[in-house]
Amino acid sequence: MQQVTAAVLPEERADVMLHSYEGGELTVSGPAILVRKNIGTSTSVFYNTYTDNITSASIDVQISGSPYEESRTEQTLGVDYLTGKTTLSFSYTDSTENDYEAGTVTVGLSQDFFGDLSTLTMGFSQGNDDISARVSSGGDPLEFEARSSIVRSNYRIGFTQVLTKNATLGFGFETITDEATSAPGEETTLNNPYRQYSYQVSGTDNRGFAFERYPNTRTSNALSLRGNYFLPWKGAIHYEYRTFQDSWGIRANNIGLTYVQPISHFVFEFRYRIYSQTQADFYQDLFDREDQFTFMARDKELSTYSSTAIGFGVSYEFAKKGWGWIDKGSLNFSYDLISFEYDNFRDATENVNDGIAAGTESFYAFDATVMQAFVSIWY
Amino acid sequence: MKRLPLIFLVATFVFSGCSTWEPWVKPYERENLSDPIMNVGRDPVVASYHHHVFETRESARGAGSVSGGGCGCN
Repeated sequence: MQQVTAAVLPEERADVMLHSYEGGELTVSGPAILVRKNIGTSTSVFYNTYTDNITSASIDVQISGSPYEESRTEQTLGVDYLTGKTTLSFSYTDSTENDYEAGTVTVGLSQDFFGDLSTLTMGFSQGNDDISARVSSGGDPLEFEARSSIVRSNYRIGFTQVLTKNATLGFGFETITDEATSAPGEETTLNNPYRQYSYQVSGTDNRGFAFERYPNTRTSNALSLRGNYFLPWKGAIHYEYRTFQDSWGIRANNIGLTYVQPISHFVFEFRYRIYSQTQADFYQDLFDREDQFTFMARDKELSTYSSTAIGFGVSYEFAKKGWGWIDKGSLNFSYDLISFEYDNFRDATENVNDGIAAGTESFYAFDATVMQAFVSIWY
Repeated sequence: MKRLPLIFLVATFVFSGCSTWEPWVKPYERENLSDPIMNVGRDPVVASYHHHVFETRESARGAGSVSGGGCGCN
């Protein structure tokens, strides 16, 4: 959450990060670089590049395809302009992978008032995604076919208030709409074109599989409440609650608590977060038959499930009194363990590989480890 | 009628800004609030990464501390 102090430009700093996610037989790792620099006294520009190198043999892939490797690169160029107590922001993000192209324009406004005790933020993003699918498993180059295009619109508003000299409270609200247009002759809308739903093959204990079918629109609303509290011994507590609902029937809630404690040159951070959601109306782990309904999904992210994340971070600050052109720097490491437990998504590999009757397999669960190591310098 | 006191309270709060309204936390009392540890997103490269990790694995989206968009996930 944005700090509530008088409107100032963001800090001039550079960050170089290596990140890693490993869980559910999916590995995602890569570098990220973020550089921010002022131009004059009222303009700040930033550039961010971020890469995901993905190796996947996830449960979706085991059921619906074959293990794959791919890479996604995201780049953002943005500018913030400060005038009086108002900050205007503009950025463009481009995300590229071999079967997914996304471009997003974001504009924002932040206004301080009431003696700089209150900050109002508003923002709008529009994204245009082009989704294709691999149609050949070999050869070089691989062949892809267009499947759908998506227009995403985000509208958000936030308000942050200083309560006391040690506490702030804020809320945020965001509405997001997605509208997909299928490519000619295709049925892909907002779904992953490779993913399949599962149905009971008549007269057997076996699962059959067919490509998912989703609605072509989705609208969601999220409301969040966040607070920060400065502890008497120079530490900080951050808490967050968010509630969410969408037009697909999904309801979700998450709460989070973060404790930050500086000790000498170190800053320690401990995080805890719980998330839960209900399923989409058109989700089923096992449909009664093929083509049972107009819309049919078996994406585990549309099922009823919960997750718990526990993590810590440590930073070591160096050159705190400056060193050459560097004002200060920090070395940082962060680790999170996230446990996912699905209430109505079964491990269908038990049916496909071991012959256990469809609909009686164990419910799926997995743990993921998330790590980041990064160096930051301020100048 | 029960709402009347609340209306007066809100009106007092709103219109007091037009006269001699003073911030109840003075600028010289904001040292703790401006400490970097009070900003949970003080490292933007981490904040946007955590946002990405959760948003690609959860149906919930929006109203986070980081603006979304362009994550290339469906």
